[in-house]
Amino acid sequence: MAAVVGTFATALIAFVVLALAGFAAPNWLVLVATLAFSKGLVALGIVALMRGGLISFGQGTFYCAGAYAAGLAMRSLGIGDAAMLVVLGAIAGLILGVIIAPLLAGYRGIFFATLTLALSMIVYGILNKTYSLGGSDGLNLHAPGFFGYRPARSQDASYALFLFTSFVTVAAAALCRIHFDSVRGLLPLAARDNEIRLEYLGASVRWVNGINFVIAAVLAGIGGALSALSLGHIDPDFAFWTTSGEFVFLAILSGYVSVTAVFVAAILLELVRSFSSQYFPNTWQGALGVFLLLIILFLPGGLGSLALRLRPSGAKSAPVPAEKRE
Amino acid sequence: MTALLETIGLQKSFGAVVAANDISVVVQSGQKLGLIGNNGAGKTTFVNIVTGHLKPDAGRVMLDGENITGLPPRQVRRNGVSRSFQIPQLFISMTLEQNLLMALAILREEGLSSWRPARSDARMAELDDLLGRFRLRQYRGQTIAVLPGGVRKLVDIAMAVTHQPKLLLLDEPTSGVAVEEKFPLMDVIMQAIEGSGATVLFVEHDMDIVGRYADRVLAFYAGRIIADGEPAAVLSNEEVQRYVTGGAA
Repeated sequence: MAAVVGTFATALIAFVVLALAGFAAPNWLVLVATLAFSKGLVALGIVALMRGGLISFGQGTFYCAGAYAAGLAMRSLGIGDAAMLVVLGAIAGLILGVIIAPLLAGYRGIFFATLTLALSMIVYGILNKTYSLGGSDGLNLHAPGFFGYRPARSQDASYALFLFTSFVTVAAAALCRIHFDSVRGLLPLAARDNEIRLEYLGASVRWVNGINFVIAAVLAGIGGALSALSLGHIDPDFAFWTTSGEFVFLAILSGYVSVTAVFVAAILLELVRSFSSQYFPNTWQGALGVFLLLIILFLPGGLGSLALRLRPSGAKSAPVPAEKRE
Repeated sequence: MTALLETIGLQKSFGAVVAANDISVVVQSGQKLGLIGNNGAGKTTFVNIVTGHLKPDAGRVMLDGENITGLPPRQVRRNGVSRSFQIPQLFISMTLEQNLLMALAILREEGLSSWRPARSDARMAELDDLLGRFRLRQYRGQTIAVLPGGVRKLVDIAMAVTHQPKLLLLDEPTSGVAVEEKFPLMDVIMQAIEGSGATVLFVEHDMDIVGRYADRVLAFYAGRIIADGEPAAVLSNEEVQRYVTGGAA
């Protein structure tokens, strides 16, 4: 119980620090951080899947579902409150996740990755041809309100959205930390190592992977809704495979040891992308590739493994990455 | 004593190879059974059928009068049948402590309670007791990947004895262990199991181990049971000596 309280206390401190930092930071950085946190939430779901040895190349499906749920609720139902819209995004992710999880829970490795990718491309194709949802042009959204507060200036709106996103992010991160340290959260690590033993201990690997998949879908739905509010626009590209690939990129960059690392990696990636697209407009993807290569070469466990490396040798009780195993 | 396990006419073939041919056995509660036989005789097939890893082509497995034939391993485990493996099946990137924590927590924390922290005070006390019984305390923080084979065997068996199984099947507990370490290893295992009330079936090739730790022996040959009885009687059986022990009783 003390660990749970400690995690929430840390989350609260992190939120206060983020709120102060956001207040002092220039507006462009606030915008970058808001989008980075939104995408970080999706990557956090992939990290949850990675703990079970699975990689999804189709999280764009749920990201897109969350974004469109929020967008349609705003345009068709007149719901303008950010909290309500994010809840709807989460519900959209949950419903899709619950439907798809049983179909995919029996697959592993490249088959799982490819099936998730295929699903996202089906969604992309459907949205492109669904003109009532804006077709390939997508939909524009107006700025949301926050529990009755509607910022008048655009800078205030950016900061309010940043605060709201930060709150959702630290809450999700804290819940994920608690989940990862729970019996339920350790099961995927065990499944990744040895499914046979896990079954002989009385656990169902299908359930383990299925629940993980639904958690990842909900996180992606929330991330999609927040991204939609942050960008003010949604289009089928939310489900395109390159969008899903970006989330995988983020998850690899962060590794699966640390929850905080996911959001550090998300901000780092957004900054690298922003600066490299400004200074190397034609080759910035190459810069990202080099960045990822360096991480894989020198930090195969991701940024989160840095914390482990810096710990005293006796304290390294967390799981080692597959690449380093015997 | 009452019958804990009863197998009735178990049949299993892999293509032309008959791995279980009309295996009918009654195991009383509290017995320690040694399963002997050459490689391919059908010992592990028998263990795999009882634990749900394999479905028999015909026949039934009854546990405490309940039909458990063909149930998946996790359901069989929930019914009180646990096992260890010839090659230890462990979570290799996790520490020894994390492996045992998983074994202690899985059947106890289900539904929403599975989101409780894995390390509660009560569970850590239970873990400490388990580590003590299997003499594993010195290795608790080490990753499985770096542990020697004998220690891995003990961890594998320690994971199997959690939650007081009614029936414990040990598949070659001393295989891959140095000769001089076999008896000390079996001593640790048997002492750790003692008091749990578990009925134990162990597959073993070393007849000295069988003679010392089993109170009943089943000898397998070509998918059949060719002898069943007290160790001395089975090990001196002519057929057993011809097909299994090669004359070494």
